[in-house]
Amino acid sequence: MDVGTLAFSALYQFGDAFAFLVLSACGLAVIFGMMGVINLAHGEFIMCGAYVTVSAAHAGVPLPLAILIGALVSALVGAVVEILIIRHLYDRPLDTIVATWGLSLIFTQGTLIVLGSTMTGVGTPFGSFTVGDYSYSLYRLVLCGMAVLVIIGLYALFNWTRFGVMARATIQVPHMAAALGIDTRLVYSLTFALGAGLAGLAGGLYAPTMTLVPTMGTTFIMEAFVTVVVGGADVFLGTAPAAAVLAVVKATMTSWYGQLAGQIGLLMAVIIVIRVLPRGISGFLLRERA
Amino acid sequence: MNALSRFFRRLEGPQTLGRGPGFWVGFLVVLAGACAYPLFSDGYTVGNTVYFFTWIFMALGLSLIWGYGGSLSFGQTAFFGIAGYAYGILTINFGAAYGFTFVALLFAVAIAALFAALLGYFLFFGRISGVFLGIVTLSITLVLERFMAQTAGPEWKIGAARLNGFNGMSNMPPLTLPWPGGDIVLYPDVQLYYVVLGMLVLVYLGLRILVNSPFGNVLVAIRENPERAEMLGYDIRKYQLGTFVIGAALAGLSGVLYTSWGQYITPSSMGMTAAALPIVWVAVGGRSDLTTTLVGTVTVLAVFQALTIHGSQYALVVMGVMLVLTVLLAPRGLIYALARLVARPFSKRASNGQPGDA
Repeated sequence: MDVGTLAFSALYQFGDAFAFLVLSACGLAVIFGMMGVINLAHGEFIMCGAYVTVSAAHAGVPLPLAILIGALVSALVGAVVEILIIRHLYDRPLDTIVATWGLSLIFTQGTLIVLGSTMTGVGTPFGSFTVGDYSYSLYRLVLCGMAVLVIIGLYALFNWTRFGVMARATIQVPHMAAALGIDTRLVYSLTFALGAGLAGLAGGLYAPTMTLVPTMGTTFIMEAFVTVVVGGADVFLGTAPAAAVLAVVKATMTSWYGQLAGQIGLLMAVIIVIRVLPRGISGFLLRERA
Repeated sequence: MNALSRFFRRLEGPQTLGRGPGFWVGFLVVLAGACAYPLFSDGYTVGNTVYFFTWIFMALGLSLIWGYGGSLSFGQTAFFGIAGYAYGILTINFGAAYGFTFVALLFAVAIAALFAALLGYFLFFGRISGVFLGIVTLSITLVLERFMAQTAGPEWKIGAARLNGFNGMSNMPPLTLPWPGGDIVLYPDVQLYYVVLGMLVLVYLGLRILVNSPFGNVLVAIRENPERAEMLGYDIRKYQLGTFVIGAALAGLSGVLYTSWGQYITPSSMGMTAAALPIVWVAVGGRSDLTTTLVGTVTVLAVFQALTIHGSQYALVVMGVMLVLTVLLAPRGLIYALARLVARPFSKRASNGQPGDA
């Protein structure tokens, strides 16, 4: 094996880890960054997106459209959850965690009761290609591209649209934004729905690559938590660089010792990072800039 | 003598509900009832009741960390699991002779506490606050679960103890009291009931003294306003770390008792669902008081078990609903709200209210 294929293999694994971290974390990060709320039902929104995507695909909808439907349904569920529960708890962040955990229990078990312990998945599309001695899944590259697209899309949304301006105003000084005529409650609802939708998107995108079980959310949340903790409150200055750094850790550890070592490596990394940078990468960057 | 009486006077104070002769008479009545209970029941049911009791230590520890200290830890089950596995490994290797099981209990709890001290150092001295603390501790327990679940191969053994992956460890000796004329093996039965009940009373009263001591007052001050407590000259990191370690040790005690009770421990005792349940008990009961936590834990466990008979899947949904409703409607706990309601007509200070925990 020559250096080129080795480099490609490393890059591919890095890209795979990066995509997984970004996609699973961005929904959580948007909600946390905007409202300081950690949504412990995040994994269940991912699960919801995956289930809807697969159901739609079984019904004959083409996969890209099915993924979109999955994301939209998750966003809708997110909006309902925000209106019924989260809205009443904005002044009590710790209680929001507890309440969303209750939701997580309800969703997981509810799915188990209604849909059974597993669901027939759809196959991974696009097949594979070969570089050197190894074959790689093309779909993983698509996921990697999607992760980059999601970051760019979020950047555009928050910087170039009217919603983005209103949302950023609401984060900075909520009562001032309200005084200027922004419906902050609506902004919060929409943001929560956006976060839930992104979670659903992650679920939809990864649905073809994994088995569908009601507890599938837990495979994502640990990575999502770690990325958000390391990244801090800002999606662009935090989540993306955090995902890049953590992807190196994860890809290295995984290729050396396996999947679990990758996760343990992430956990070690996060514990060290919070000791050094308590407010995450974005907190560090913003302090330097200020 | 004077110091001793002052020590005992701390059994009641501003940080605990329930004071005055009325409460203590009630406490003694309940205790007497608990002591007499095996006389009116059979060994199997009593053994089942012990199962409830084993969880209460973890709940009380969480009440201390979360309700009194204001730091939400989702990772209590990690310490539960560590201590449970440690107990299994120690007793399978060294047997149960000469009361070694109780030495193993102490070692297992110490290992859990040590792990908590190490972890807590990074968390609290890194000034990790509220929300992040919860998700970091949760991540740790989830990774531990996955780690233990993949230890199925024969290479995963410590001495004679195979870790057995997802199926967990089993057949470790239960707690054994050395006794002249033959050891007493504490199977889930009347003897174990009295041992655990004794531990429970000691831990409950000990925690009451702790939270009404200067340590407890500082702890509540930190919960109410960390900056203010710090400005008053307290190193809040040390107090938080101390609380975290005590809570972890109690979770570890639960883990050991659970392991010895059923003679098995599995990775799923550290999983997502397992980690959620202590939060449910403590939140529903009323986290900011030891007594309401205790009552709440027993009540919720009893409800949970009653529901499980009809299908454990539904029982978990009910737990989730209960948690959400409690947070929305009675943020300080259902039992807590009831206790306040009952106590109001008898209390001279009712109109002043308790120090809040918003």
